[in-house]
Amino acid sequence: MAATQKDPVLVVLQLTGGNDYLNTVIPYNNGLYKDNRRAVGIPESQITALDKDYAIPNYMAPLQKIWDEGKLAVMHGVGYLDSPRSHFRSMDIWHTCEAEKVGTEGWLGRVAREIDPKKENVVTTVSFGPCLFRALSVQGVPVACVAGPLERYGFLPNIQEPTQRQEILQRFSRMYQPIAGSGVMEYMGTTGLDSLKGADILKVAPQKYSSTVEYPNTTIGNKLKGIAQVHLAGLGSRIFYCDHGSFDTHAGQNPLHASLWTAVTEALDAFMTDLRQHDQADNVTVLMFSEFGRRVRDNGSGTDHGAAGVTFVLGDKVKGGHYGEYPSLKAEHLVQGDLNPSMDFRSIYSTILDKWMHMNPVPIVNGTYEQPAFLN
Amino acid sequence: MAYQDDIALMAHLMRRAGFGAGRDELEARVAKGYDATVEELLNPESQPPVDPYMLLRYQPAALLPGGQPPMGNVNYMYYLVNSKRPLQEKTALFWHHVFATGNSKVDNYDQLLEQIHMFRNDGMGSYRDLLLKIARNPTMIFWLDNNQNHGTAVNENWGRELLELFSLGAGNYTEKDVREASRAFTGWTFETKIPRLPYGRFPWKFEYRPEDHDSGEKEFLGHKGNLNGEDIIDIVVQQPACARFICRHLYNFFVADESQVPAWSIEPPRDPKAIETLSKAFTDSNYDMRSVLRVLFNSDFFKNARYQHLKSPAEVVVGTLRLVGGYETPMPGYGELSMQPSYMGQDLLNPPSVEGWHTGREWINSGSLMARINFVAQQVGNPDLPGVKAIIGRLQSKGTLSPDQLVDSCLDLLGPVQVGTDTRQELVDQAKKWGQVSWDNASNKEVAAKHATEMMQLIVATREFQFA
Repeated sequence: MAATQKDPVLVVLQLTGGNDYLNTVIPYNNGLYKDNRRAVGIPESQITALDKDYAIPNYMAPLQKIWDEGKLAVMHGVGYLDSPRSHFRSMDIWHTCEAEKVGTEGWLGRVAREIDPKKENVVTTVSFGPCLFRALSVQGVPVACVAGPLERYGFLPNIQEPTQRQEILQRFSRMYQPIAGSGVMEYMGTTGLDSLKGADILKVAPQKYSSTVEYPNTTIGNKLKGIAQVHLAGLGSRIFYCDHGSFDTHAGQNPLHASLWTAVTEALDAFMTDLRQHDQADNVTVLMFSEFGRRVRDNGSGTDHGAAGVTFVLGDKVKGGHYGEYPSLKAEHLVQGDLNPSMDFRSIYSTILDKWMHMNPVPIVNGTYEQPAFLN
Repeated sequence: MAYQDDIALMAHLMRRAGFGAGRDELEARVAKGYDATVEELLNPESQPPVDPYMLLRYQPAALLPGGQPPMGNVNYMYYLVNSKRPLQEKTALFWHHVFATGNSKVDNYDQLLEQIHMFRNDGMGSYRDLLLKIARNPTMIFWLDNNQNHGTAVNENWGRELLELFSLGAGNYTEKDVREASRAFTGWTFETKIPRLPYGRFPWKFEYRPEDHDSGEKEFLGHKGNLNGEDIIDIVVQQPACARFICRHLYNFFVADESQVPAWSIEPPRDPKAIETLSKAFTDSNYDMRSVLRVLFNSDFFKNARYQHLKSPAEVVVGTLRLVGGYETPMPGYGELSMQPSYMGQDLLNPPSVEGWHTGREWINSGSLMARINFVAQQVGNPDLPGVKAIIGRLQSKGTLSPDQLVDSCLDLLGPVQVGTDTRQELVDQAKKWGQVSWDNASNKEVAAKHATEMMQLIVATREFQFA
């Protein structure tokens, strides 16, 4: 692979609902795992060892491949102090890096503003999901939100006659002039104009795309395929966001967790293969997180909201391995029955910002955090 | 002019307490009076209910609410568009926002529709009774896993959301309260479900199993005893935090946009006095929602909050369909219509999580803005629809229209919609390109109608039109 000057790209995959850490990276030699997981514990016949201490369930097999290549960093015990155990508050904290108050700016919105302060590219950030994730939301920072297929993205598609279309869209853009200080009207003005521009730009991505890789026909498969199409079109997009879920496995956990992770890991496998075949994988790093882990002791069929969880970072420039420490499962070390976080999530963001995006992490994550060295 | 003010106020009431109204209806309601209209809305029994058999005649599969597009959505959309009891339907949607239950897990639209029907029947009654009903609602029990909440193995899902999202709001209870509330609801489950195959789905039924209930002593919000679920609800509704939380929800839904629910424990309300007024009505009336809504709709803070609320996708779609008309029979194509709110970020009967939908400006992103504008423009651009025809008829009755008159008349008949001066200028500039429109012969009439629908399409594409 030739030396590259390509701009670094970050793909975030949000595992919504609170992924169960203990059944994702399994401490299979630890007797306390079996003691606490009488109902949802995964038997040894159904797991693959990463090493002498930890294993992943067989249904995450594609991730094993990335681990064997040395491209998967497993971040242990991730969380923050006083975990609120609420999905919504926890997700807000991950999105805004504000644990004590309600943050108004998303961390990735700040990153996008840093990358493109003059808003020269309205597709710097592209999100594939039903809504604008708060992590991306900063006043005045454009985000292209693709809710359905990329091909159908555009304003007033029924007006096709070229001169009429041009006239109407020009009038539209004048009516959407964002007047500073007008609050939600300004936000809507900016959104309207940005989406007008973004639609024109993104339209080319599916047309330019060709690949031998077949993505699984799942929601996450389609989202990652869309991300690959935009990335490979070379439109200057630097931040991609998508989600999958729900990992909120209070009940009937095992089959559910299996189908969720099968979908995610198969889609990731296709995505990485696709990028590699196009020689466009070396500037992509994937961050995969969930808002919290789940309770150590199962509830008889699933697991309740917990605290510390696992976060993954993967990509061709990632130094694979374990980072941080698996929190103790001993009863006396648990906090309200949950794993006590040993790594602040903002540490992971800090490494990514400093070593990958090449920007000062402090003003983005609101502080200085130790940086695990999973990127050079 | 005073009459025009009455129309504008009535239009505001109908947008909020319902899904908007055409000009004929607004004129009839103004003749009846504001107070009398509020009373009619608060007492929906005076109007006929939606006839479900009409739906079944056209869409026999409505009895099998799976499929794609889901028949559950078709069913719900049919009620939303055709109800003659606008506030009953709007209040049911309100509770669907609060007690957000989703098909992603429930996988049974019959049960979700049954829950919505409960909101229709009981949504304007006692909040305490409604909370008890939702605690016993098998769909909610399954959604929040209370069927897995056993005396010997507590599952906190329902107990936590009851306090965080359905009654008190974060910060008004401890982790221990969550635990104790969850214990109190052990044994609240539903009867064994008959497997779906081979006979199809059977209705779910609440069941209390005393042998699965933890009857030990509990301590919840300072109350000690062998508390059961109903005791928890009685304690919860007496908390001042409960009145404030539910009234803030009402304010956010009916009056003006608030911050998102997770921020409420930290950010003060937009209008603390309004919340106080509503909370007092809530407490004084023993949690009677009808009484609280009466205070709300008759208050100045409500009457003055015009265009302070960003329409939800349901309001956009239902409001448009009720305005343009022609959707009174559930004909083929209803399936696609029923999916429209989901394209704008609100998949009815399937909220993204138990927190429900984020509202206000969070409805707007580049994708959803496009979907809203494209859908409404397509509807008001169709002169064959009866509501559009009626607007054109009213325009025609005004005779020859100058560009300014065309713009102002269209704005008036679509709302009245209030737009900024710059927006209005753009609309007038467009109308000037067409010159004055007249209706004096067949070909002029055709041109005039074409320009009227084009003008309406431009109006619904404005930012201002996104508000109610």
